[in-house]
Amino acid sequence: MNIRKFYYGDIPEDAGGGSSVPSRKKESIDTSVNIERKDWPLWEVFIRSKQGMDHKHVGSLHAADAEMAIENARDVYTRRMEGVSIWVVESRNIHASNPEDAESFYEPANDKIYRHPTFYDLPDELEHM
Amino acid sequence: MKEILIKYILHLGDNALVLGHRNSEWCGHGPVLEQDIAITNIALDLIGQARNFYQYAALLEGGDTSEDSLAYLRTEREFKNCLLTEQPNEDWAHTILRQFFFSQYQWLLYSELSKSNDEQIAAISDKAIKEVTYHLRWSSEWVIRLGDGTEESHQRMEEAIDNLWPYTGELFIASDFEKAANEFGIGPDVSLLKTVWENNVKQIFDEARLEMPTAGFAQKGGKQGIHTEYLGYILAELQYMQRTYPDSQW
Repeated sequence: MNIRKFYYGDIPEDAGGGSSVPSRKKESIDTSVNIERKDWPLWEVFIRSKQGMDHKHVGSLHAADAEMAIENARDVYTRRMEGVSIWVVESRNIHASNPEDAESFYEPANDKIYRHPTFYDLPDELEHM
Repeated sequence: MKEILIKYILHLGDNALVLGHRNSEWCGHGPVLEQDIAITNIALDLIGQARNFYQYAALLEGGDTSEDSLAYLRTEREFKNCLLTEQPNEDWAHTILRQFFFSQYQWLLYSELSKSNDEQIAAISDKAIKEVTYHLRWSSEWVIRLGDGTEESHQRMEEAIDNLWPYTGELFIASDFEKAANEFGIGPDVSLLKTVWENNVKQIFDEARLEMPTAGFAQKGGKQGIHTEYLGYILAELQYMQRTYPDSQW
């Protein structure tokens, strides 16, 4: 079996990962658009909106290093008191599933309704489930 | 006593307003989107601090005085901000260094002011120091990043130091109203903040591979209303609308 490793951003958004030939097109666009920013990697930002909740992906931004990424995230994504905690991850460290695998990955779960925890009554006090 | 207190509060407010206005000039022009937002946030923090001080000064002054009349209808000679805050943005290095020098000072000042005999000043400073702590962190990291960055960024920082250093001395030369405020237990003796300020600046400069200038001639006069040529232009832009259309609102 041929397993290919995908990184975030590898998959052209318009094609949805259709081609197995790595696309060089995106890179050439990046450098021509913003030359001075070529050294600033992309970071994914996760914000925890309050204690006890999960960190949720809110978007991405460019920054030179992790400190700058956290500060940028604070300035860009928490201006309206959206968060109490910030995680940043360099986008290239995120491995993504291949959209081509959608059939084999997700469809088998379609007819297995018994896996849903909907047969239990949850107490009202349990939030965020 | 009341007159001194008002002067002192206006001095605190003017510093925040003028530096905030300078930073706001970056809005839409920042080097990258994220930093454009960062510097604009800092501008808004500072203008917010200015509003708090002006509202308090207007309350003490009474009559028709309002935070708006204090910001929009005083002349250049009535502004008591330090010369450092009105220096032009030039490039990112100058802007960063100006913020860094001033945040270092403001952090020490507000720490002292939060213990002020004047409850209102203490409360404003106590709230503002959280903002200033962030400004200091943000600008310190940029000083290191540029100083210890590329050949060009290092050179630009050195130029900024040459240009802005002469305006740092004034921060620590107490004016009459600061001396009086100190006697009443309202504000600190600013001359005593100098050594700590220099140590803190040097620590970041060392990390940024930047040379600390030796003390030299200090440009002064801002606190007495004698400003550099830049303040007039700032006020022309800031006050144009209110002076052309008096009492206009939106």
